[in-house]
Amino acid sequence: MTTLDILFGAIGLITAASAVLAVTTHHLVHAALWLVVTLGTLAGCYLVLGAELVALVQLLVYVGAVVVLVLFALMLTRAPMGPSPEHSSSSVQRIAAALIGAGTAALFASVLLPALGGELRPTRAGDTKGIATQLFGTWVWPFELLSVLLLVALIAALAVSRMPKQPPAAKVANEPPAARVPNEPPVARVPSTVAGGESA
Amino acid sequence: MIHLWLPLMLVCVLVGAGAYGVMSRRNAVLVLIGVELLLNAANLLFVTMGSVLDDRLRTGQVLTLFLITIAAAEMGVALAVILALFRDRGHIDLSEPGS
Repeated sequence: MTTLDILFGAIGLITAASAVLAVTTHHLVHAALWLVVTLGTLAGCYLVLGAELVALVQLLVYVGAVVVLVLFALMLTRAPMGPSPEHSSSSVQRIAAALIGAGTAALFASVLLPALGGELRPTRAGDTKGIATQLFGTWVWPFELLSVLLLVALIAALAVSRMPKQPPAAKVANEPPAARVPNEPPVARVPSTVAGGESA
Repeated sequence: MIHLWLPLMLVCVLVGAGAYGVMSRRNAVLVLIGVELLLNAANLLFVTMGSVLDDRLRTGQVLTLFLITIAAAEMGVALAVILALFRDRGHIDLSEPGS
């Protein structure tokens, strides 16, 4: 066991435990808060692996922005504060999901661990200068494309949230005329009630 | 020096937890939390491989930065969709059919 092993083991244990808690807890808000712990300790894992820049970006973007978005979404959708087991699916589906999740983990482990698991490797000290040189040299076009992607996502989020409730309203407005033709009386009665309401 | 099975084991746990979260939750926001865990497992694998392999292009860390950006954009659009869903239906329970 090296020092990095012990450090990574300690931080990784917290990460794994909080990740499992984030997907199993019955409190909606607790799930988001366990996600904060998972992402924060994952930044610590990146630090141990020698990727300081990625660790800082993880803290800034994930813990700072994404989790706030999740909490906002929970509050805007009126998430209950107490435990809400009705947001979990049936026990049969949960057992099936646990089996599939464990199977996926076992599949990854059976592929990754025999291939690379036994090796003792030196981690490279994070050289931010080298990353910057490559990021703005080799990777500059994907980088620029990502800025366009962010702009598209911004506009898309705006368009989705400002979308008028046209399709259901149009459907309701279009369907009744077809259905209304056979039974005339309701149509004839609507203006009279409206007129009555206006006169009153 | 680090034994590689530690980060790889953590990747496996994160993938398993994320897959379980996506499949077992009914609230749409909680499903998104599972998706975030899956994306972070991919990030950790990128960083691990990037820090132990001698790569001149720094692919591991650069791709991790890209993936974090994409995840943030995905999160913004997904939450806008969830809020639109909530305004339309009054709930975001994924197991109930839409009106």
